[in-house]
Amino acid sequence: MLKDSDRIFTNLYGMDGWRLEGARRRGDWDGTKEIMAKGRDWIVEEVKSSGLRGRGGAGFPSGLKWSFMPKEPTGRPHYLVVNADEGEPGTCKDRDMMRNDPHKLVEGCLLAGFGMGADAAYIYIRGEFYREAENLQFAIGEAYEAGLIGKNACGSGYDFDIYVHRGAGAYICGEEMALIESLEGKKGMPRLKPPFPAAMGLYGCPTTVNNVETIAVAPTILRRGGSWFSSLGRENNTGTKVFCISGHVNNPCNVEEEMGIPLKELIEKHAGGVIGGWDNLKAVIPGGSSVPILPKSTCDTVLMDFDSLKEVRSGLGTAAVIVMNKSTDVVAAIARLSKFYKHESCGQCTPCREGTGWMWRVMERLVIGDAEIDEIDTLLDVASQVEGHTICALGDAAAWPIQGLVRHFRDEIEDRINTRKQSTVAAA
Amino acid sequence: MAKLTIDDVEIDVPDGITVLQACELAGVEIPRFCYHERLSVAGNCRMCLVEVAPGPPKPAASCALPVGDGMTVKTNSPMVKKAREGVMEFLLINHPLDCPICDQGGECDLQDQAMAFGGGNSRYDENKRAVRDKELGPLVKTQMTRCIHCTRCIRFATEVAGVEELGATGRGETMEVGTYVEKALTSELSANIIDLCPVGALTSKPYAFVARPWELTKTETIDVMDAVGSNIRVDARGSEVLRVLPVINEDINEEWISDKTRYACDGLKRQRLDTPYVRRNGSLEAASWDEAFAAIADNLKRKDGSKVAAIAGDLVDCESVMALTDLMEGLDSPHTDCRQDGAKLDATVRSSYIFNSTIAGIEEADACLLIGTNPRVEAALVNARIRKRWLRGGFSVGVVGPNSDLTYPYDYLGAGGQTLNELADGSHKFCETLKNAERPMVILGQGALARADGAKVLSAARKIAENCGLVVDGWNGFNVLHTVAGRVGALDIGFVPGPDGRDVAGILDGVEAGDIETVYLLGADEIDTRKLEKAFVIYQGHHGDVGAHCAEVILPGAAYTEKNATYVNTEGRVQRAWRAVFPPGEAREDWTIIRALSGVLDKTLRYDDLAGVRRRMALQNAVFEIVGELRPSDWDKFGELGTADGDAFVSPVSNFYMTDTISRASETMAACTKSLVQSVEEKTGTNG
Repeated sequence: MLKDSDRIFTNLYGMDGWRLEGARRRGDWDGTKEIMAKGRDWIVEEVKSSGLRGRGGAGFPSGLKWSFMPKEPTGRPHYLVVNADEGEPGTCKDRDMMRNDPHKLVEGCLLAGFGMGADAAYIYIRGEFYREAENLQFAIGEAYEAGLIGKNACGSGYDFDIYVHRGAGAYICGEEMALIESLEGKKGMPRLKPPFPAAMGLYGCPTTVNNVETIAVAPTILRRGGSWFSSLGRENNTGTKVFCISGHVNNPCNVEEEMGIPLKELIEKHAGGVIGGWDNLKAVIPGGSSVPILPKSTCDTVLMDFDSLKEVRSGLGTAAVIVMNKSTDVVAAIARLSKFYKHESCGQCTPCREGTGWMWRVMERLVIGDAEIDEIDTLLDVASQVEGHTICALGDAAAWPIQGLVRHFRDEIEDRINTRKQSTVAAA
Repeated sequence: MAKLTIDDVEIDVPDGITVLQACELAGVEIPRFCYHERLSVAGNCRMCLVEVAPGPPKPAASCALPVGDGMTVKTNSPMVKKAREGVMEFLLINHPLDCPICDQGGECDLQDQAMAFGGGNSRYDENKRAVRDKELGPLVKTQMTRCIHCTRCIRFATEVAGVEELGATGRGETMEVGTYVEKALTSELSANIIDLCPVGALTSKPYAFVARPWELTKTETIDVMDAVGSNIRVDARGSEVLRVLPVINEDINEEWISDKTRYACDGLKRQRLDTPYVRRNGSLEAASWDEAFAAIADNLKRKDGSKVAAIAGDLVDCESVMALTDLMEGLDSPHTDCRQDGAKLDATVRSSYIFNSTIAGIEEADACLLIGTNPRVEAALVNARIRKRWLRGGFSVGVVGPNSDLTYPYDYLGAGGQTLNELADGSHKFCETLKNAERPMVILGQGALARADGAKVLSAARKIAENCGLVVDGWNGFNVLHTVAGRVGALDIGFVPGPDGRDVAGILDGVEAGDIETVYLLGADEIDTRKLEKAFVIYQGHHGDVGAHCAEVILPGAAYTEKNATYVNTEGRVQRAWRAVFPPGEAREDWTIIRALSGVLDKTLRYDDLAGVRRRMALQNAVFEIVGELRPSDWDKFGELGTADGDAFVSPVSNFYMTDTISRASETMAACTKSLVQSVEEKTGTNG
């Protein structure tokens, strides 16, 4: 279990003040100028050595990502874009960070921005996070007033601006390229890669897009050293992570824990256990709605980190643990997710636009068993025709929950179909 | 160069191209819907998926993937086949499959590719989507349920046409292409989205339910609705021209045509002169060719040549102008002119009246000065080229003349002669822009030349060209933009006043003064015919417009789709038009009418077949020896020294949709005028 002294988000629950004074008390903005004095390369190297992987879901090594930015000025502005469009069902970590600890993000923007040579940061915050945007904007105001950002940020001689942009509530705008499009004032539809944002991002300028948590942990890593961070967790899955535990647990919560903590321990220690006890567990979606569901047998032993979950054909995603006990109609649950993806598909790629609707309609029928057995295979085939055939990962995200469901709960679906068949025969 | 292996065949391709283009070079067909060479890459239809190694173990969109050295591309592997069938299945689940009642049937990309790359059956049993149709004006018919969301139309409107009026609303399955606020597209190029649409979502409104493509005879020819000389294909059934489509010519129209080029063709069916007429007792009566010729011979008998004049109109072909030139010479008349609008063009120096930089050359220019022209309505495709050049960046445009929306930003320098004089004497700051540019160009419109001081304007423009380095080795940046198709050809033949001859204004005055007694109008309708009341007017042409109304004798000619003829576009490019249908009734190809008349008048021309006229044209001017290609013209002195007066330059085209006898007779063009030109004029600001 993570020691309190290794905790990064010391005000995740808002027990202390969120303003600058509280943040300073907790150690934020301490020695920022000295860190910057060590130079750009040092910052990137330190983050690389910490083994920090992106906290938005894909888990790309952050230091490496930052190093893709041009080393020399290109004559154009360079941007850091912070993805605060937290919309993944089950996920609520960024929200609490911005509400209760906005200065971690603001300081992170400055240090990460400095490290990658950005001139400004844009924080694209989900439109529904109204109070959070207020707090964040207030914190940015405080930082400007205290000379921490803006002209000659922290007295370092470096100019750095931070802007907050509120989204309008489309899930797809959390995809980095769609987010950039939306920020530019266009319809939020993912752009093709390449070119990658580090070459041509926001307004055609070099850009790095990072999750809130990735940026917010950076100052602490730089203060305590990359080796401290990498000493936590497992190899290649280092550091701490904020888990969002929701669903059928006694105490749903956000909690910061070491990477690689066993799922069972995470739920029992921090969320008060599954309602009705561990044996009442049916399934867990370990990383937000996009990743495949895991049955209880896997949940007994699996560790919560990128590689362990990948081994069991799921993923860490945003680390949003959705717990379902035996009272859950798991088919209906996944059907609801299918409806979500159908609703949130941006509509540009054919497979996703057409496939999400198709899959949802079949799922709705599977919930009541109004289908043929071979339609399950057709559904899997349709899911595989969507997966990997689209510009962005929303197509994959729509296919995976269904694939996970059929993989682990095919019996249950077939039972329903057979039961319904028998009851209609009996009724006739 | 990059070395690729495409389907086990090695090929060297240029760096920077996409895998899809490389496959095309290798002769491998890649199905696609959203990809189009002339539009930005969207990569959203996912039909062009191929298997690429090295790369992730999933199919990649070849339209958006740059080639890399050592890449292995598979276009026929099981993975690719499965991916294509999957995408095709998805495209079809919400497509109505109403091919029997769809105008795209027979020339539909979706139909063809479903046959070639589809799986053959669908596993989709749910309800299909239906989408409310959009109203896009009098030209484009919509059936939005058929839309496959390739966004080609959106990208065309935004990028090529420069009107950001089309877009997508809604998300996912409910995404719809449309204008959001229902309105007609305000672009002169709007109907090109019909050609771009790979399905039947956007079809031609005037052509709706008219014919199937396999019923049509297709003739590739030249357009005459403006001076661009767009290459077109005329589709006809029997004697009727049903539609006009673009033909690719990279030097001229790329693969677009203007809405007028496409839709004025229904004017070919109305108001036609299909038999000769002779005025008897004050009213025009149908007559035979012999009677018509006899009436003319009667009038010209023993008449002195100085009392006869001829005016060539805007749509005339070179053959008929050549024949008329020879006839007038036979009649000993020096009074010939082709400049109906009175433009002070100098026929003696070819470089003074053509578009020397060439239309494709616009893309090499880096600064452009527009004088007295609104290219958007005068030559929509030239404007599209300027926009294309502007999109690439590093291009400054200055305008002297009408201040209108050209679809790209420009520096507005002034309204008329005052600013032009400053530019000519080098005191205007835009001169620096031109001087600093590597390939500067000036485009001089007819609005600046068709006025009393036109010759001075011409010389001022020449001064700008010479002072600012527009004319150097390998580059001539002096350009005249014509608005009518027949003008450059007639100037090349030299259909201008001979020694002591009168120009158009002189002829009209001469008629009023009684000095000119007979006027031969060869398709000339853009003059003030009230001044011709005293004259014996012979009108030869294809439409019963104002010229025919004042005539004593009418000789029915052929329209541009009805004759094998030569036209010279504003660049000075000689092009051949081909007959798609026969002229109606008694009407004949124009040069043969003049040839026949010359016999009756005892001034028989020395040629009696098309090859003969063309040999005569080549003798008259060597430019006619080369068809399709351009030779640079020598630079010389032209124009009349002096300062232009301060009046504002006005574009000669006030209504893009109606500029000549054909488009004035067109119902479609009338509908466009009503919904796009007049509705704009009527808006007061309080009615939205």
